[in-house]
Amino acid sequence: MITFDHVTKMYSSNVGLDDVTVKIDKGEFVFLVGPSGAGKSTFIKLMLKDIDVDKGEIYVGDYHVNKLSNRLIPQYRRKVGTVFQDFKLLPRKTVYENIAFAMEVLHKPAKQIRKQVPQILSLVGLSDKADKYPNELAGGEQQRVAIARAIVNNPHVLIADEPTGNLDPATAWGIMDLLNQINLRGTTVLMVTHAKDIVNNMDKRIIAIDKGKVIHDSKQVYDGPMEEDDMVKGGGYE
Amino acid sequence: MIGSLFYNIKQAFVQIFRNRGMSAASIFSILAMLLILGLVFIIIVNINLFGEIAKQDYDQVEVFIVEGSSMSDVDEVMDKLKRRDGVVDVHYRTEEEALEIMKDRWGENGYMLDSLEENPFPASIVITVDSLDNAADIAGYAGTFPIIEDVKYYQETVEKLTKITDFLQTACLIIMAFLVVISIIVVSNTIKLTVMARADEISIMRYVGANNWFIRGPFLVEGIVIGLISAILASLAVTFVYKEIVDIIGDQVFAIVSSPLISVRYMSVNLSIIFLALGCSIGAWGSIVSMRRFLKA
Repeated sequence: MITFDHVTKMYSSNVGLDDVTVKIDKGEFVFLVGPSGAGKSTFIKLMLKDIDVDKGEIYVGDYHVNKLSNRLIPQYRRKVGTVFQDFKLLPRKTVYENIAFAMEVLHKPAKQIRKQVPQILSLVGLSDKADKYPNELAGGEQQRVAIARAIVNNPHVLIADEPTGNLDPATAWGIMDLLNQINLRGTTVLMVTHAKDIVNNMDKRIIAIDKGKVIHDSKQVYDGPMEEDDMVKGGGYE
Repeated sequence: MIGSLFYNIKQAFVQIFRNRGMSAASIFSILAMLLILGLVFIIIVNINLFGEIAKQDYDQVEVFIVEGSSMSDVDEVMDKLKRRDGVVDVHYRTEEEALEIMKDRWGENGYMLDSLEENPFPASIVITVDSLDNAADIAGYAGTFPIIEDVKYYQETVEKLTKITDFLQTACLIIMAFLVVISIIVVSNTIKLTVMARADEISIMRYVGANNWFIRGPFLVEGIVIGLISAILASLAVTFVYKEIVDIIGDQVFAIVSSPLISVRYMSVNLSIIFLALGCSIGAWGSIVSMRRFLKA
């Protein structure tokens, strides 16, 4: 499903990823952990083709990501759902419109949109908030909207970048349940996080990166460097 | 395709309404510049009309006949002139008529001409031409007949008049060009502000997998709609103001320069067309330009 083959990405002053090889199968649920600046954001940005590799190959589903032409990037991104720490909802659209928007982008027929959006809203437990604007919702609810938007088009992969970073623990566990549920429906989930308790209590594959290298890749409890709560809001995406 | 057109139009209206502050700012800046443009346009067109009408007063060529020429020679020349292209009318002016015209022109001092023992004015043929552009040509042709001793037409006067109106028109056009440039800068800055306010939105659209035209579409339509609204407001305002102007001073203007003001209807229709074209293109152009840096893939 996701293959990083000897991928290297250097920035002018520091290491992004250094010869990383990772293979994630279809239907897996994987945590990507590590301290700030370790290369997690680079990993995600490379997957989304926000930035280009220096060396190595990246494959996601049927796409040879590092060879993707600009014209095909939008098409590719439709197959990859993304969820961010800061939700990234469209502030001037209602919950319903935010989710419908992801379908409108794909020119889905209005009929299908009217049918599918309520379904997905009920899946994330927000049926009664359809007409609210994002700023009228709590953080956890906003993240649920973002997740609904990310999966409404049935992507191959769901990338969640610090999805619980702005949420209190109880809310965070609710989000984890939801992600788990989505994973059980067959979507591959890749979640970047700092939250040690979450990582070590979910019994999932854990990939740890430090200084651009993979230092841990197993279901075993990970106890290496991870620095909780030291990242500014919005993660490495600013 | 139709679906996405509706999508864009719907989005544009929703966004214009939700960003009403910025939309109003854009509309007012386009409106202000269209109004000033309209004013300049009104001046240009009226000057033009005045020039054309003034030129019509000089659409005659007068050719003077050698004294003692026989009437049959004169008739023959007149026949030939009548058949010439561009000649509308030919008529014979006797010595006496010429004297009368001069007396009229001298007005109160006309009595001085009475003391002349002999009429000094030659008889002439007055040729009315359809267009001043043909005047020189026809004058040249008339001069080739042996019974014609001199040719007079108002070339110099007309040239001066043309020079003045041309100058005024060029000046107005330059002012207009300046105004367009200034207003495009103002408008594109206003739209840039609205786009900047939505930079997040655009980046989100890109993450969801929207292609550039999909993102641009609503903004483009929004720009065009803002331009359209400005154009409609400007058309209404200018029509109203111009109608007032014509009502109040139209008669006086006619009395003073013996040229009417352009009709309200003509002015309103043409200005509306110009406003719509300009408004739409400024709106569209402004939004495309201001989005460019957010859309490099």
